[in-house]
Formats: sequence, structure tokens, C-alpha cells
Amino acid sequence: MAYSEKVIEHAENPRNVGTLDKNDPNVGTGLVGAPACGDVMRLQIKVGEDGVIEDAKFKTFGCGSAIASSSLATEWIKGKTIDEAEAIKNVDIVNELNLPPVKIHCSVLAEDAIKSAIADYRKKKEQKNL
Amino acid sequence: MAIRLPVFMDYHSTTPVDPRVLEEMLPYFTEKFGNAASRSHAFGWTAEEAVEYARERIAKLLGAQSEKEIVFTSGSTESTNLAIKGVAEFYRDKGNHIITTVLEHKSVLDTCKRLEKDGFSITYLPVSKEGLVDPDDVRKAITNQTLLVSIMLANNEIGTVQPLEAIGKITRERGVLLHTDAVQGFGKVDFDVQRMNVDLASITAHKLYGPKGVGALYVRRNKPRVRLVAQIDGGGHERGNRSGTLNVPAIVGFGKACDIMATEGKAESSKILTLRERLRLKITSQLNEVYLNGSFEHRLPGNLNLSFNFVEGEGLMMAIKDVAVSSGSACTSASLEPSYVLRALGVGDELAHSSIRFGLGRFTTEEEVDFVANLVVNKVDKLREMSPLWEMHREGIDLKSVAWVAH
Repeated sequence: MAYSEKVIEHAENPRNVGTLDKNDPNVGTGLVGAPACGDVMRLQIKVGEDGVIEDAKFKTFGCGSAIASSSLATEWIKGKTIDEAEAIKNVDIVNELNLPPVKIHCSVLAEDAIKSAIADYRKKKEQKNL
Repeated sequence: MAIRLPVFMDYHSTTPVDPRVLEEMLPYFTEKFGNAASRSHAFGWTAEEAVEYARERIAKLLGAQSEKEIVFTSGSTESTNLAIKGVAEFYRDKGNHIITTVLEHKSVLDTCKRLEKDGFSITYLPVSKEGLVDPDDVRKAITNQTLLVSIMLANNEIGTVQPLEAIGKITRERGVLLHTDAVQGFGKVDFDVQRMNVDLASITAHKLYGPKGVGALYVRRNKPRVRLVAQIDGGGHERGNRSGTLNVPAIVGFGKACDIMATEGKAESSKILTLRERLRLKITSQLNEVYLNGSFEHRLPGNLNLSFNFVEGEGLMMAIKDVAVSSGSACTSASLEPSYVLRALGVGDELAHSSIRFGLGRFTTEEEVDFVANLVVNKVDKLREMSPLWEMHREGIDLKSVAWVAH
């Protein structure tokens, strides 16, 4: 199976690889997938007081398409509000990266990772406000 | 010496045709183009003579008693279909039981599955952690209904070489036929149908530097004489076992390929083994959390199947795209299931997803091995730096204790 140029470009030069401090109250962490399924994504966001995502980092165990999907996701959500980021759909990632049908689950995982990181961030905020 | 990229390290999938093989084949496409079944003129006789010479060369490498025991086919999948279905149909009134193993090639497993639908009963023997079949399990599985045992010589993914001689003693003693899918091991490891009491063996030319599209089934003619029901009807070629015009140039190449193996195979295997060990040691001395899949001792010389923990196989293959290899990762297959062979060994799904098969062969060089080793070490390090699992592992988190959200 041949990869699209965009997948190869992201996989070879992944954006925003790294780790944010998961104990920082302004950081939300999403960890999705399972090693037994062959892909695990961890996506982290750092949200400013204005609700804008200031920084995003990821680490992914997975195939080139999974790495590219998470790299693209971090690139897209940086500078967006969390509501805007939450609106990103997996089909947007599929279209941007030209993922073939067998790789659609990679984009689903990336969408889940964004949502999961946002949910974690919101949970932290709620707990702080209690 | 400069290396040509990409480096081919997938010799289990296929091999290039040796130039000496090609040279011998070429006249049979053009001036010696006759149909080997034409009995009435010199074109046919020339082709037939070439086919018979190839038959002798192949029989010799197999250790067969007679060249008449060679039935040409289109390849090993067809050979295996003919062997298993042919025996099952011919001996149907004698029994309905076949014994095989869980890590056979799909051509064996799917043929057996079809026979199950036709009322046959199949026993799939388990294998050890190293991928070895216990001959005692074969003995215990044989019933008075057993017609055939089908166990491969060497596995295509993990390179494990089965104890066929011990198995052959048992099947001979119990009067059960023994078929082996010898594709990967033929010409490369010790194999002799006579000494090992093998009754049927599937082989193919393109795994030993011959052309694609030609294979053979060895069918024992003496003690016991094995009978088959042909699976392809037509002109009654190959003593009625396989109709269809013979692919003369390819058969000529098959014969030459076997002849080269007969004279050079031993030295070549030892050279390839040295290269494989160089590759293995270079990788494992520079990376931790790397696991060898399959038996170290009973192994094809050119096979190195490694799992790189915390790195996904397809991701790694993409990172090392200057090397042609294959992976047991689910992502390389349409089914999204990781390798059933690795699963059969009890390798966890995580490590199955992290496996890469390196296949070395006749034209592999030391420079290529060094290049590949360095590339792999470099890219595994890089991918681990972006692997959340590697980070968790380094923090001392037991990955088995994490409640993963499978999707």
C-alpha cells in the first residue's frame, strides 16, 4: 500500500512531538487506543485563560498514518479555542491526509484523542472550581 | 562499495532469478519453444528432453528415488492443494482425519478448512513458544481415521525448522502419509524425502532464485505408492496428476536453480547465517527491549524476526523504507489482525504488532547488513522518543496495569 505524500511528510517530520506536564492544571491529557490494537495516542493541550489552546504535544505508538493523524491534529488545534478544537471531525483528517479506508481508524483515534484531552482539561477546571 | 537502495531483505517473499538460471531459460522462450507434450516432431522432443532433465535435477535435490516422483505445477499453493485434496479424495473411504499445525501457510490451512466443510476432521496441533511441533503430539493425534499429516519444513515468518525426521518416523510407523510444505527450507536446510520419510512435498522455484509461476509436488511412488485425485482436468499431463501445458522455460530454470543449490547450497547457507548473525548482534547490542521470535537453534539461516517493543511494526517499516522487509503488524494486512503465527507462539499482541521480518539471501552483502543495522537502530530510537509507551515504560509504569480504551 502506498502512502500519500502528506502522510509521509508528517511521519518523517512530525510536528509537536513531546510531553507537557500532566499535573499542570491548564494541561489536559488524552490517552486513547491500546497496545494490543497496534496504536496508542497521547495528545496533550495547554489552554490559556481565554480558552485558547496555546500549545499541543503528542506521542504516538502506531503506523505512519497514526503518527501523521496525531501530528496533524496537534497542528490544527493550536491557536483554536477548545470549542473549535472539539468540532474537528475525523473525516477532516481523512480528507487532508488522503487516508485509505483501512486507515480511517487512525483518524478516529486522533479525533478521540482531541476530545479526551479536552474532557480531561474540563474535568480539572471543574474540580478546581468546586 | 556503494549500496543500491532500497535494500532487499525480504527473501522469504521471493528471490531474484539468478543470472545463470535466466541464461539457461532464455532459449526455451524463442528457438526451443516447443510444447513438451508434442510427440511428433523435434520441437516437442527438445522441450520434453529439457523438462526431463529439470525433473532429474529437482529430484536429486529432494533426495527422491525417481524423477517420476516430480509433478510440475504453477507453484506451491497449487502443489499443496493437490497434495491435501488429492489424498483426501483418493483415500476418502479409508478415513476422514488430517493432522496439521496452527502455524502452517494459508495454502495448507485454507485447504484444510475447505475439507472440513466437506466432512473431514482436522486437528491443528499447537506449537511451543519457539514455534516447534512436538513429534509426540503428532503420535498422540493419530487415530485409525487419520490419512495424512501435513507439517511444514520451515516457517515463512519465524523461520522455525520442524523436526520432520522424527515426525516422519512416526507417520511411517503408523502407516499415515506425510506431506510437507517445504517451500522455505528446500535447498537451504537439511531436507531429504527418503531419510525423512516424506511422502509428499510442495516446492516452488521462486524461493530459490528460479522464476515465479512454477512449482512442483513430490509424490512418492514406492513404499508407499501415493495416489492422488487430480484437481485440474484436461489433457492428462504429468501422468494424469496435473493437466495443462508445461511451462518449459520456467521448468528449465527451476532445474538449474536446484542444480546450483545442490553444489553451492551448503556454503551459501553458512555465509548467509554469518550475515544474519551480524545483523542480529549489531541490532541487539545497540537496542534493548528487542525480542527474537521463533527458535534460535532450529532456524532458517536467512531469517531474523525481531519484535521492537514499544514501536509499531508498520510505523518502523515506513521509517526504514530504504529497506524492503515485512511485518507481523496488523496494519500490513487487510484483516487488521496481527500475525497468526506470532499469536500461535503466545507472543502478545503488543509484540506481534512490533515485529519485523528480515530475510537475507544469496545477494545480501555485509555492507547492506551494516547499513540496515544502523538504520534500524537509529529509527527505533527515534520512534521510541515519540512513543507514549516507551515513555511510560521508562517511568516504570507497567503497561499491563493500564486500563486501555480499545477502539
